[in-house]
Amino acid sequence: MEYHLTTPIPPEKLKEIKIGDIVYVSGTVVTARDEAHLKALELHKEGKKPPVDFEGIGLFHCGPVMKKNEEGEWIVVAAGPTTSARMEIFQDEFIKTFHPRIIIGKGGMGERTAKACQEETCIYGYFTGGAVLLAADRIKKVIDVFWFDELGMPECLWLFDVENFGPLTVTIDTHGGNLTDESKKNIQANKKKILEEL
Amino acid sequence: MLDIAQVIEDTAADLLKITATKLPSALKEALLKGERETVGALGKSQLKAINENIKLAETHSKPMCQDTGLVSFFVKVGDKFPLRSEIKTALIKATKRATQNVPLRPNAVDMFKGNTKNNVGIRGSVPWFYFDLVEGDQLEIIAMPKGGGSSNVGKMKMIPPGKGIKGVKEFVIEAVAAAGPLACPPYTVGVGVGGGEDMCMNLAKKALLRPLYRYHEDEKIASLEKELLEILNKLEIGAMGLGEGPSVIDVHMEFAARHPASLPVGVVISCWALRHAGATIDKEGNVVWHPH
Repeated sequence: MEYHLTTPIPPEKLKEIKIGDIVYVSGTVVTARDEAHLKALELHKEGKKPPVDFEGIGLFHCGPVMKKNEEGEWIVVAAGPTTSARMEIFQDEFIKTFHPRIIIGKGGMGERTAKACQEETCIYGYFTGGAVLLAADRIKKVIDVFWFDELGMPECLWLFDVENFGPLTVTIDTHGGNLTDESKKNIQANKKKILEEL
Repeated sequence: MLDIAQVIEDTAADLLKITATKLPSALKEALLKGERETVGALGKSQLKAINENIKLAETHSKPMCQDTGLVSFFVKVGDKFPLRSEIKTALIKATKRATQNVPLRPNAVDMFKGNTKNNVGIRGSVPWFYFDLVEGDQLEIIAMPKGGGSSNVGKMKMIPPGKGIKGVKEFVIEAVAAAGPLACPPYTVGVGVGGGEDMCMNLAKKALLRPLYRYHEDEKIASLEKELLEILNKLEIGAMGLGEGPSVIDVHMEFAARHPASLPVGVVISCWALRHAGATIDKEGNVVWHPH
């Protein structure tokens, strides 16, 4: 099945979606890698609010290449997904705290994230790793940037206005399904067999 | 007389642009073949996206991946080539320039002072250099940027020498299975065997520079490469780790002598975007670009 989602994404809409489905997102997506996750969670612990309200929007594991045009506006050079597994250690806490509705990245995520997605109604959309120019093509506008001086270009928060951002393969749904986890189990089973026959 | 240092800088800056925007043609063909031959819709769609993206990169001269990598240069200096330490200075300048002009993502992060924003580390080690001294009056430069995601799945192990070649195979299989979907497959796998704990990783990385489907001149090593290629595809990692399509495009191995008590094995894995490009400069400053 193919779904077109618009932010803020209503949680009930996500319940129809299952692993292996394809989704496209329109609306607001914010980039966040390791350091932005940490900083946002630290601020929350201190009782402060991060500069972006993550609720209902897409959270994109991405460290883009950006440059300023002649008018001094930021433009996207390349913006593809980074390896999401690095975020596994705090993604569940992030979902529970800030309620983004779709995590976009590559490589899939683990049990903790899948559990948080089930409990808090969120999905994971797998964007083809490295396919940055396809992604950049769907980013219509750079809305804002935060923490640039402190965290640098790849790690800071870039707020994008996107249109039909995708195709994203759903590998974690709201029902506890985890496609990359299934694939990993298959890889491990194959490995066991190969090593036995070696 | 040309300013040779300037020629080196210009050439290296161009090489960095080529690596970021254009894949070697054999790899492009391999990925297109992968798309044609993949049956499952999930795998096929991933390869289609990869191939479309490669085409866009080349057409618009833009980086094919946002992770333009940590830069390394493999340099062979002829003993009659006029420059020595200026080569390094020129390559550092080229890295800074390419970071601005291509542009490349600034990827050199100092643990205490943060991102240097120019891909050059403040402690003088990045870009990383592999220097070799050779006969002749030429300078060969190969630029190889490598992304963080696929570097994170690299592995090294000192296996008991008693395990022999079977132990080497087991470790390569373990390493690629552990990489699984994490590092943008289909992969190209470089394996280094022997030397010490550091040398095996160097060899593994160098092995990735060998053109696709050109196997080792030693028949025993070549047959091992082909055997591992076949075995690793049975893991069914698939394009982007979704279980469909090719898992590994090629396997290259390099061997060095080892200490009697050690059997070091290094595995360096590249994502689908195995990027490298080279050129040779003679002592007058004429540049010959390597086939790409």
